[in-house]
Amino acid sequence: MSLHNLMQWMADTEWSVGLHESRYAYSIIESIHVWTLCVFVGFAVLLDLRLLGVTLKRVPVSQITTRLLPWTKAAFVVMVISGVLLFYAIPLRTYHNVFFRAKAVFLLLAGLNAWLFHAGPTYRRLADWDTTPITPRQARLAGAFSLALWAAIVFSGRMIAYNWFDCESPQKSAFMDTIAGCDRSQETSDAAAILSGH
Amino acid sequence: MLLPYFQAIESGPIGEAIRNSTWLFPFVEAFHLVALAVIGGAVLLVDFRLLGIGLKRQPVAELARDAQPFLIGALLFMIASGVPLFMSEAIKCYYSFAFWTKMTALALAIIFTFTVRRRVTRADAARFSPAVLRTVGAISILLWSTVGWGGRWIGFS
Repeated sequence: MSLHNLMQWMADTEWSVGLHESRYAYSIIESIHVWTLCVFVGFAVLLDLRLLGVTLKRVPVSQITTRLLPWTKAAFVVMVISGVLLFYAIPLRTYHNVFFRAKAVFLLLAGLNAWLFHAGPTYRRLADWDTTPITPRQARLAGAFSLALWAAIVFSGRMIAYNWFDCESPQKSAFMDTIAGCDRSQETSDAAAILSGH
Repeated sequence: MLLPYFQAIESGPIGEAIRNSTWLFPFVEAFHLVALAVIGGAVLLVDFRLLGIGLKRQPVAELARDAQPFLIGALLFMIASGVPLFMSEAIKCYYSFAFWTKMTALALAIIFTFTVRRRVTRADAARFSPAVLRTVGAISILLWSTVGWGGRWIGFS
């Protein structure tokens, strides 16, 4: 079963249709997604800025990771759950949406960046630079990548709402169709069938 | 009473330019949302501390001082990006309950942040009781959350 068919099946499930058609549920879930964005991305940005040595210079990095990171992680869990529900409400369209696909790639890169930093030698020697306002090069790099990636994730997340490059919209370019995974062969044969019928 | 002004704003050159562009509204809106995350972090860092959670080993005044440039910078950016968004759909906003809720909460949040909250976060550590700090933190979170929710709901109407 291809992913496209899986999404089609998901879109036809009772709960997906229910979420999609509900008067308030979708809006409420999206509001929760945006509210937890303030907690999660907001605190992630603060940690990144500390890693860059821009702000909270007198706060040990370990204080941020022990006292702020649990809240950040909790907010991340809520973000993922609400995000999955938003996807589940409109699975097929979202799956083919170029901004969603870009967001998924940025999310993977952000995860990879965080993992590389936390598993790397600089973070293991955190005790050496915990209280210094000027942070090691690898910490600054991780902070800068994280800032750029989260900004890109929020940006592309907001853009999922727009349908310029959707498979149901008129074709913009073959390149965008490739990114979106659109199959327009059905469409043209439909058009041909209608034309020949007349 | 205000409707003629809203109509004039909507038909003005900035509103029209945004409406005539496919990309402008979504782009400005997306940057507006990125700045929301920054203002969220700057506000919540201090409010969490006032509530007695988060970075509670640091003095309130120190955290507030560090957060200040990001709070003000993000707020100015949000106003600068929010005003053109409003101008492109002023009449819709005029009839939107979410818009008026957001603007009321925003006015209250700004006044509260730069009067009461500023005074409390700049005071010496022992000057105000934990109960006062917690109340100020809770009011701040409530007001700013209403601004955020109201903003999101303008788009649903």
